[in-house]
Amino acid sequence: MAKQRVVVIGGGLGGLWAALRLVEAGYPVDLFSLFPVKRSHSCCAQGGLNAVLDIKGQRDSIQQHIIDTIKGGDYLGDQPPIKTMCEDAPGLIRTYDRMGVTFSRTPEGIMDQRLFGGVKNRRTCFAGATTGAQLLYSIDEQIRAKEDQAGVTKYEYWEFLSLVLDDAGVCRGITALNLKTMQVQAFRADAVILATGGAGLIWGRSTMSSSCTGAATARAYQQGAKFGNAEFSQFHPTAMKGHDKLRLMSEACRGEGGRIWVPRKAGDQRAAKSVPEDERFYFLEEWYPTYGNTVPRDVASRAIVRATRHMGLGVRGQEVVYLDLTHKPRAFLEARLGGILEMYETFAGQDPYVNPMEIFPAMHYTMGGLWVGYEKDAQTGGIVRAHPKNHATTIPGLYACGECDFAYHGANRLGANSLLSASYSGRVAGDATAAYLKSLKSSSDKLPQSAYDAEKKRQEEINQALLTRTGGENASTLHHKLGEVMSEHVFVERENKGLDNALAEIGTLKERARKIALDDKSGWTNQTLPWARQLQDMLVMAEVVTKCARLRDECRGSHYKAEFELKQPEGKFAGDPEYEAYKATWKTNNEKWLKHSIATHTSDGPKVEYWPVEVSVMAPETPRDYR
Amino acid sequence: MEKTIHLRIKRQDGPASSPYWEEFKLPYAPQHNVISALLYLREHPINLRGERVAPVVWESNCMEEVCGACTMIVNGTPRQACAALVDDLAQPIVLEPLVKFPIVRDLHVDRQKMFDALKKVKAWVPLDGSQDIHQHAPRIAPADQALRYAFSRCMTCGCCMEVCPQYHDASAFIGPAPLGQTALHNSHPTGGFFKEERLHALMEKGGLADCGNAQNCVKVCPKDIPLTQAIGELGRQATIQWLRDIFVK
Ligand SMILES: Cc1cc2nc3c(=O)[nH]c(=O)nc-3n(C[C@H](O)[C@H](O)[C@H](O)COP(=O)(O)OP(=O)(O)OC[C@H]3O[C@@H](n4cnc5c(N)ncnc54)[C@H](O)[C@@H]3O)c2cc1C
Ligand code: SF4
Ligand code: SF4
Ligand code: FES
Repeated sequence: MAKQRVVVIGGGLGGLWAALRLVEAGYPVDLFSLFPVKRSHSCCAQGGLNAVLDIKGQRDSIQQHIIDTIKGGDYLGDQPPIKTMCEDAPGLIRTYDRMGVTFSRTPEGIMDQRLFGGVKNRRTCFAGATTGAQLLYSIDEQIRAKEDQAGVTKYEYWEFLSLVLDDAGVCRGITALNLKTMQVQAFRADAVILATGGAGLIWGRSTMSSSCTGAATARAYQQGAKFGNAEFSQFHPTAMKGHDKLRLMSEACRGEGGRIWVPRKAGDQRAAKSVPEDERFYFLEEWYPTYGNTVPRDVASRAIVRATRHMGLGVRGQEVVYLDLTHKPRAFLEARLGGILEMYETFAGQDPYVNPMEIFPAMHYTMGGLWVGYEKDAQTGGIVRAHPKNHATTIPGLYACGECDFAYHGANRLGANSLLSASYSGRVAGDATAAYLKSLKSSSDKLPQSAYDAEKKRQEEINQALLTRTGGENASTLHHKLGEVMSEHVFVERENKGLDNALAEIGTLKERARKIALDDKSGWTNQTLPWARQLQDMLVMAEVVTKCARLRDECRGSHYKAEFELKQPEGKFAGDPEYEAYKATWKTNNEKWLKHSIATHTSDGPKVEYWPVEVSVMAPETPRDYR
Repeated sequence: MEKTIHLRIKRQDGPASSPYWEEFKLPYAPQHNVISALLYLREHPINLRGERVAPVVWESNCMEEVCGACTMIVNGTPRQACAALVDDLAQPIVLEPLVKFPIVRDLHVDRQKMFDALKKVKAWVPLDGSQDIHQHAPRIAPADQALRYAFSRCMTCGCCMEVCPQYHDASAFIGPAPLGQTALHNSHPTGGFFKEERLHALMEKGGLADCGNAQNCVKVCPKDIPLTQAIGELGRQATIQWLRDIFVK
């Protein structure tokens, strides 16, 4: 049998870890990325990644990390993979440390840990304010070492277009577009791993990098891979406004005393500083007296939308509220938040020490993604390591890891858990793929060339049609429109009527997208061509997200429909009859809705079914309660 | 008159084509940066003569000065275009591609040789595999960590290479960024085990000796990487290595 090869698509933390494991297992890897892998979106993460090291005398435990992750996700994550991820996290961190990641240190020279949201213990490892970049660089370096030894071949500036499937529906390779020459090429592979990240651009702008379109997963989905929990996306309450991107202003701003407010008078045109104290509406402090400005992300996001969209109190009548730190001494802010405030100043051109920052919630993380499986270990309750079922999608031979899969975070992701899941899932997917390759009877060079040629031709025809069409729609215009629709209807609050409207509008946009004509007809580094194709795939994914949101008539994690909210009785706790009644309703609701929504592509749009969630580690006995 | 943003862009259709200048104006809005202005032009690619032309080609990704993609020459200075605020720039804003790297198209250049240089100096910590060995790296003093952190922020953007007088087509000089990365890996407790290989790579032609110590590099680095400190430190390490090579044989 000829030497087996693997294609890995994506060079963020997920893809690089998968590639590293495969090369270590002796399999050559062809690594595809839109740009040099070092520029992947993973470099944007600032905060850190979670692993229980228990170095702060808090008796932190792996069990507690598992519970926090399961509960944080409102029980919607399959539990065996969560369990093993939390168990393996310390070992993963040790490996990162050995790779030379510049983790911040205690005075004794060991890795330091900080506190992060949704958690009581100091469990987050960090490298200054650039943790994601530091992790990405270290694994990029390890891959470069393998490239040096010819284990990895990089295809940077290549865009994955489609899978090549054989007659039995097994994935045998891919087609990709060379973003310089604009040529399509087919690549043979015995297994393919997708690690293409999140899909923030479906909302127009988000806190994500501009490459995070989700187009790659949309392509696999349209070729038959099932998509899980599409309706769950995390919206971060405090992001800057911007023409190009909604830059994240860390939660730390609120943690260090930042106050959120708007002028009490609608449409007040005065500058923030001229609004007297008693004419300011500190709505989080008024509505949530216990937590005030530090309520959890989803609560803060919804409150901001209520103050602006429902009450019309946005600053200058716009969708903006103030995040105010100006009451804090400059020296304090510089020491605690220097890097973040500097970024605000760079991009807003305003001094946050003097004027309150202007922020609004923004799309931040995709919990949903390609459905992936696992093999449960009956003895430990975790997963069987290096099993071919782990991180396998519903297409045989296709694996997925990182933000583009649907695992671990359920209905809501905890802070600092996704650098962990991206790295860990990459490692698991690499090991699983190696196990799959061992079990394969034949290698991909048995498949006739005609299968590859046919798929290549299909892709070339799509490109040709786009390049020759004249006088039509512009992809960027349609993208703005999509962003408006999603940000209005498929945002922090959802309503069935609005979601129906959104579905209709997305349908119209899909029609219009068939008429896209390119402003650039060139056959060399033509950026309009891939952009037009990505936009069409974003529309497909937007429809899946919206449809799944429409169908889920409940509130869970990041998915909120006021109409179906189960209100926690105020001031009542376990034992109180009101609380027990609430808990009973909550349990009944779980019987219906504690299910993965699973979307399958059909020519009439997504078909959605519901699959059970594996809750064998911790049964859903008590609702989330952050009181 | 309506306020506008005026861009003057040096364009080139491909590696073998001749460059030409093209100007664009877009409606002014506060808080534009160079990339968001280019994004506007992607939707409305109409030049100053009113012709609809192919949109400008450039690279960007993170839009917050961490990925290193969007380096270009903005009003004469190499920098990250995403962090170049229109309100801070004199107009017309002149955009040019970096000159030290081959042109791909318009403002998009090919910086592959920077990544190749990282291979040459073996800018990594060699591991006996990525499996857990149940041990951390050796302890690192907070002060050493702080210096390592300063080096580790390099995003391979190329600003320093662009301004280095010794780095050009006719010279073999490896350039400042890989030197910073060599200092970083030599300073790691286990990465330092392989110091000798890295230093030997830098003692060849195109290595340390070619640095003219012009110090242009540190001045433009958007991440304030102490490149000249790295160069000084590597110089000392290389001298010791040179003596070792002679006497310890
Ligand atoms: C501003 C911000 C801050 C964050 N902070 C934190 C934090 O503090 N802690 C935390 O845990 N998480 C954080 N996250 C989340 C975390 O950064 C991401 O979830 C994680 O980095 C995703 O990694 P990935 O490997 O899945 O994908 P990415 O890093 O996004 O990589 C995707 C890769 O896929 C490639 N690709 C995509 N499409 C194609 C295609 N069609 N063809 C070829 N290649 C393709 C790209 O080139 C890229 O290499 C943050 C996210 C944001 C937006
Ligand atoms: S000191 Fe001068 S010559 Fe040396 S690398 Fe820096 S810019 Fe180049
Ligand atoms: S050293 Fe600084 S200027 Fe040079 S490539 Fe790195 S980040 Fe850019
Ligand atoms: S786009 Fe990443 S540095 Fe400018």
